[in-house]
Amino acid sequence: MSEVSIQIDGKVVAASEDMTILGAAERAGIPIPTVCHHEKLKPFGGCRLCTVEAEAAGRTNLVAACVYPVQADLVVRTRSERIDKIRKVLTEQLLAHAPESEILQTLAKEYHADKDRFEKEPSFCILCGLCVRYCAEVKQKNAVGFVDRGPSREISFIPEIAALECWDCKECFPLCPTSALQAAFVLMRSLAPAPSSIRASEKHAETTSVPGREQNNGSIAANDGNRTLLQANAER
Amino acid sequence: MINSPAELEQLRQEILSKRNSNKARISICAGAGCLATGAGKVIDAFNAEVEKAGLTADVNVKGTGCPGFCERGPIVVIDPAEICYLQVSPQDVPEIVSETIKKEKVVDRLVYSDPAKNEKAIREADIPFYKNQERNIIGNNIKIDPKVIDDYLALRGYSALVKALFQMTSEQVLEEVKKSGLRGRGGGGFPTGIKWEAARKAPGETKYVIVNADEGDPGAFMDRAVLEGNPHSILEGLIIGAYAIGSHEGYIYVRQEYPLALENVGVAIKQAREYGFLGRNILGSNFDFDIKVHRGAGAFVCGEETALLLSLEGKPGEPRARPPYPATSGLWGKPTNINNVETWANVPLIINNGADWYNQFGTARSKGTKIFSLVGKIKNTGLVEVPMGATLRDIIYKIGDGIPGGKKFKAVQTGGPAGGCIPEEHLDIAVDFDELTKAGAIMGSGGMIVLDEDTCMVDVARYFLNFLTQESCGKCSPCREGVKQMHRILTNITEGRGKEGDIELLEELAMSTGSASLCALGRTAPNPVLSTIRYFRHEYETHIKEKRCPSFTCQGLVSYYVDPAKCDACRICFRECSSHAIIGGKNLIHIIDQAKCNACGTCFEVCPARFGAVIRISGEPVPARIPDEMRIIVRQRRVKREKQDERSLHTD
Repeated sequence: MSEVSIQIDGKVVAASEDMTILGAAERAGIPIPTVCHHEKLKPFGGCRLCTVEAEAAGRTNLVAACVYPVQADLVVRTRSERIDKIRKVLTEQLLAHAPESEILQTLAKEYHADKDRFEKEPSFCILCGLCVRYCAEVKQKNAVGFVDRGPSREISFIPEIAALECWDCKECFPLCPTSALQAAFVLMRSLAPAPSSIRASEKHAETTSVPGREQNNGSIAANDGNRTLLQANAER
Repeated sequence: MINSPAELEQLRQEILSKRNSNKARISICAGAGCLATGAGKVIDAFNAEVEKAGLTADVNVKGTGCPGFCERGPIVVIDPAEICYLQVSPQDVPEIVSETIKKEKVVDRLVYSDPAKNEKAIREADIPFYKNQERNIIGNNIKIDPKVIDDYLALRGYSALVKALFQMTSEQVLEEVKKSGLRGRGGGGFPTGIKWEAARKAPGETKYVIVNADEGDPGAFMDRAVLEGNPHSILEGLIIGAYAIGSHEGYIYVRQEYPLALENVGVAIKQAREYGFLGRNILGSNFDFDIKVHRGAGAFVCGEETALLLSLEGKPGEPRARPPYPATSGLWGKPTNINNVETWANVPLIINNGADWYNQFGTARSKGTKIFSLVGKIKNTGLVEVPMGATLRDIIYKIGDGIPGGKKFKAVQTGGPAGGCIPEEHLDIAVDFDELTKAGAIMGSGGMIVLDEDTCMVDVARYFLNFLTQESCGKCSPCREGVKQMHRILTNITEGRGKEGDIELLEELAMSTGSASLCALGRTAPNPVLSTIRYFRHEYETHIKEKRCPSFTCQGLVSYYVDPAKCDACRICFRECSSHAIIGGKNLIHIIDQAKCNACGTCFEVCPARFGAVIRISGEPVPARIPDEMRIIVRQRRVKREKQDERSLHTD
């Protein structure tokens, strides 16, 4: 890949053509906030906190730095009144879900975000997808995924896979920007029957076909138990 | 199988020679709208009646594509006289056969007439709804049975393909499309030729071309009508595009909710293969191309091209960042060109008639015609095709015939759920991509919803934001959270919980959602909010400050009560109230129990005009209910009058 020269906040930065703006900025030591980016994972462009102004061929666009590829003579501004306003609102929206998150609190200070601006919905999860993508891309297990869409979107472990894979891994827990608790809770909720029984039924399944209905019933009962736990934590 | 242009021409002549142009042809619209109003039975009745009259050999009966005048369906056109009958029912069929077919007499009551304007029109072309249109694309629908490829061939079908393959190089085809100025009809308005060129130039052997038929805007059915009514025009456009781009495989992504479109497209592809328009060595040109149909599961966001591609690959339909654009890295990472149904349908016209011909329609930067689905509070609901640059006023009043029920026009919402509302004072803007954007709305794919004075603009914004909240994929936070928060604020305002600062907060959320979202869904989602704030800010303010809904739409802000001086105890409202909120009784003045009333307005609508006793208010308190002893109505005339006088004394 050939090298190009771009400008970030007035500073001339060398970058290779396969880099994103975020990558080039990181190399030059210029901070751009993000909560959904991870060096081991493919760019996602979900949280949009890394939104910057990118000027090319006389046109300025607001783009997500983590997914936007660099090109020769690109002029990037990482801070402006408009960008700060966007980051403030985005942080406030995420804080409604995870008011205790350290990384969000740091962002709140930087962008003067009010954590109480929007009605609280303590789901803890801000749907950054780090756990989902790490499990799919690095571990290649797909034990956790997104379900539903829009405001109903949430993460969910797939019990059949999670029961077999997650107990000895849990590498996604420390990735969680709102604390590992979220992943832990969702994992527990999905692991309806005790892992030993899934393992047993897996063995059973080998002789009889798919796992039976009993497992699902068990999972509903366990769900209720964990929901109370979640609520209890929310109140705390 | 046709192996050369000469063979195609020979076949075309055979088809035409078999079709005596003097033979009577009965064409019945079999589009989704007319089928819903009973066109299927009308077709059956014509077949039976023609057979009964022993005219089967002399009369051709066929179900066709949709000509657009859905308001007056089922539509029947009788050729060669070009007589157009509207709202035809099976009971009318014997008379049409005995009078029009046998005696060549017009059945007067079935032709278009407007008593108010003293207008009457027998021929389709003379009906004001059609007269003011330029129907380059949907004009042929009524002449074609979409399941019969010969009907399309009889109308010069696939001649553009022959011209492209045998008289033009692929570069020339591309140049012609570029020169035509055609812009994407799906909403983006990106120049089609430039998009094609990017895919053509992209390195790689395998390339794909795709028809985006995932039409999901509420109330929009342009693409549906073309797919259902003239599927071969889309296939022809797609094959020509594939030739220009260098692609040998195409997909049509149709939403599952369009069963007739799926059926007709499937039949069309099969016939095109049998005739040699698809497959290996098309018409002996050495060009190979084939098409597969993919059924979409109905997520609105899959109309966005990157989400469509992922959905086509079998992955969750969520948009991804661009660049890379599909032109360089699309389906399975290969160069891909996606265009909307209507865009593809324009291509054969451009190739057949030339870019110069095409350029005569439209404005400086938006060429050709555009189909709009004209719906809402409009007399002539239907599909209208006009040159770009037609004014909104002409579309609404000349073609749509204005607002029904003597109501006043308030706004027109263009561009689908993420479009904007344009008020009366901007009705004279020319409808093209740039002018609509300047006015705060968008062209979108061509939705046009007319709103009258009874519509609350805050409620309209709430309605569309509700749709977008549901349809956001949830991948990026500005859209998932921002649209939800805007919807929440709008709901609060319409339910009487609006507060100072809400408008400013909406504007702030609109800014972050509109500028930071990943795809066009989020980036355009603020349009309904911003355009209504821009033109109808006073309505927001009355909702927030006075807790009043000026159009009496928002149920949480409207109350109903019975005026004791006017109530005749007729008991109609009592019977109709679904909430059992009316305290009635024989000869007792009725009272609305405010605790039970949900402000649905039924009592207001059913109260006979001669009484007009149900009163609708907003932003003011409901008068105290009258004491029970004063509710009695004495029916003897004189006594009643005295009682009324007494009552009015009391209420004074």
